[in-house]
Amino acid sequence: MRLRSTIAALAVSAVLPAATAHATDLEVMHWWTSGGEAAAVGEFAKAFDATGNKWVDAAFAGPGEQARAIMVSRITGGDPMGAFQFNHGRQAEDLIEAGLLRDLTDIAEAEGWKEKVNPPSLLDGCTVDGRIYCTPVNIHSWQWLWLSHKAYEDAGVPVPTNWDEFVAAAPALREKGILPMAVGQQSWQQSGLFNVLMSSLVPVEIFNKVYGDKDAEVAAGPEVARVFKAAADAREMSEGSTVQSWNEATNLVITGKAGGQIMGDWAQGEFSVADQKAGTEYSCLPGLGVTEVLGTGGDAFYFPVLDDEEKSAAQAELAALLLKPDVQVAFNLKKGSLPVRGDIDMSTANDCMQKGLKLLSENKLVPDTNQLLTPDTTSQINDLFAEFFADASITPEDAQERFAEIIASAD
Amino acid sequence: MASGRPNQLFRNKTAKIAAIPMILTAMVVFIGGTGWTVVYSFTKSKLLPKLEWVGLDQYERLWNTNRWIVSIENLAVYGLSMLVLSFVIGFLLAALMDQKIRFENTFRTIMLYPFALSFIVTGLVWQWLLNPEFGIQGIVRDLGWENFAFDPLYNADLAIFGVMLAALWQGSGLVMVLMLAGLRGIDEEIWKAARIDGIPTWKTYLFIIIPMLRPVFITALVLITSGIIRVYDLVVAQTSGGPGLATEMPAKYVYDYMFRAQNLGQAFAASTMMLLAVLVVVVPWAMMEFGGRKND
Repeated sequence: MRLRSTIAALAVSAVLPAATAHATDLEVMHWWTSGGEAAAVGEFAKAFDATGNKWVDAAFAGPGEQARAIMVSRITGGDPMGAFQFNHGRQAEDLIEAGLLRDLTDIAEAEGWKEKVNPPSLLDGCTVDGRIYCTPVNIHSWQWLWLSHKAYEDAGVPVPTNWDEFVAAAPALREKGILPMAVGQQSWQQSGLFNVLMSSLVPVEIFNKVYGDKDAEVAAGPEVARVFKAAADAREMSEGSTVQSWNEATNLVITGKAGGQIMGDWAQGEFSVADQKAGTEYSCLPGLGVTEVLGTGGDAFYFPVLDDEEKSAAQAELAALLLKPDVQVAFNLKKGSLPVRGDIDMSTANDCMQKGLKLLSENKLVPDTNQLLTPDTTSQINDLFAEFFADASITPEDAQERFAEIIASAD
Repeated sequence: MASGRPNQLFRNKTAKIAAIPMILTAMVVFIGGTGWTVVYSFTKSKLLPKLEWVGLDQYERLWNTNRWIVSIENLAVYGLSMLVLSFVIGFLLAALMDQKIRFENTFRTIMLYPFALSFIVTGLVWQWLLNPEFGIQGIVRDLGWENFAFDPLYNADLAIFGVMLAALWQGSGLVMVLMLAGLRGIDEEIWKAARIDGIPTWKTYLFIIIPMLRPVFITALVLITSGIIRVYDLVVAQTSGGPGLATEMPAKYVYDYMFRAQNLGQAFAASTMMLLAVLVVVVPWAMMEFGGRKND
């Protein structure tokens, strides 16, 4: 599969320069480098090249945080690229305030984004003072529990259908030397896991109050205490999980060495690359099988302000193109994410994606933490959970107290 | 030339004019940049520098942040043990090498080779070597010792020493070469005199040779300490600060808050604290080393 797409990409890049002699080159930076991601971004490149322009791919192989640091320093350093990927939300807030990013409101109005983008809250993540600054391209939700059928068969217990059963089954897995829960040792995965527990195990209002209104009292309250208890369970279940990156952890689930993993829907791609079938070889439980809600995080493209007129025109073309129905379908099927338009046909999507689409159509949604918190607060929460998961001597109560302090100082 | 009043300022004109670019660079880049950083550490700058004063808020937050305090403890543990071990291992290797052994060139090359690698490469190599499944532990277990355990990077109490192991492997060769050069500079007559007086070899090393090597020791000290302070890249490649906060370093805190958390004010406060710490050590030392000369 991967070889074939590489050959295809090579063939395309060999043909294009001749075909588009007067094309405008537009450098696009992103951090989509895993197999499925690269194939998905290739769909954008193909569609953009078809307009007579040229997509100059600048992929950053590394975690998003590092990629964002490099993009920001290029923009603030006066060497902006044509377009770049961010998670829509508050990550670009300061760049917009400083007037470094292009206002896309005209394009959005001409293309009717307001009517087409679904859920509408996605566009809110791109809007500052009534102006639109980014193009959301997909929806990624964190709230998934991936379970390995093989691991539970080996342990002789039924595959759990919700979080409580998942916790209860842990000792049986331990006995057989199977890791009950795989967690990569990177702080964003650990705090992400906590946020999933928060949105799934207690009523959604709690999530909104803590992260949306920054209500420190609720953050120190009894509901959040329950979430911290669950996080302590997760810490116990993941003891002995030494892998680093999320896909290594997913691989433990695929091979049956671990019972399950809480990870966003991007893990889906790894299962399909391994040719596993949802329902028979693995299960996916949105909202941990407790409260079925999905976060509306995702990726968006931003466009720095450029002096070059030709390039600005190419930017406008690209911005409009990203939301075209056929481009959306092609991209999201490869990426394993949900499209940002409700009016397109996604019937070829697999079981897990269908579950997601259903929740999306029922509007069972929570905002993503990236939309509510500044990167600063996110970093503080990441640090807290890096410590919490590595050190079993930190009690849930202590951690909750520090969590409430972070929420109190958040803006 | 001799006419007119002698003016200190215009003596040796060409040399002074030639030095102007360097002086300007030093003033603007080093002193100016440092001053700018300190000034902005009192603001609430987020992604971009902004002059909105918040007083000492950033410092208050910094010293209430667990990660920062853990980072400083880590640096202290790493720094002290690294300093001592570098000197001991470097000197021992040099002393052994100085025993007129065969194939000295070969050994010297082998010992110095790791220094040619960057910290990033060193970190990645040692991350693999210390990985319990594929590294040293895995190999020894395959040989039959089923219970052999050696996985410092996965143990929060030992991880910092796992990083140090890599740093020692990389840096000891350089210290050895410096010491060896120093030892070669010692006059044979001194050894002969010590032997005639019946002083044991170890005593000769400890009380005669080492004091004579003072300049070499100072050079080595500067190189090792600067290596300790800039340990950032090794940690990033080897453990990225983990497990938990076990190998976090102050320099990494600065980087993470500057670029990832988009909080310049906080990062500047942390780097100002680092500068202060360095000054506290360097200023008294510099005064002792250079200030005292005038009175000699």
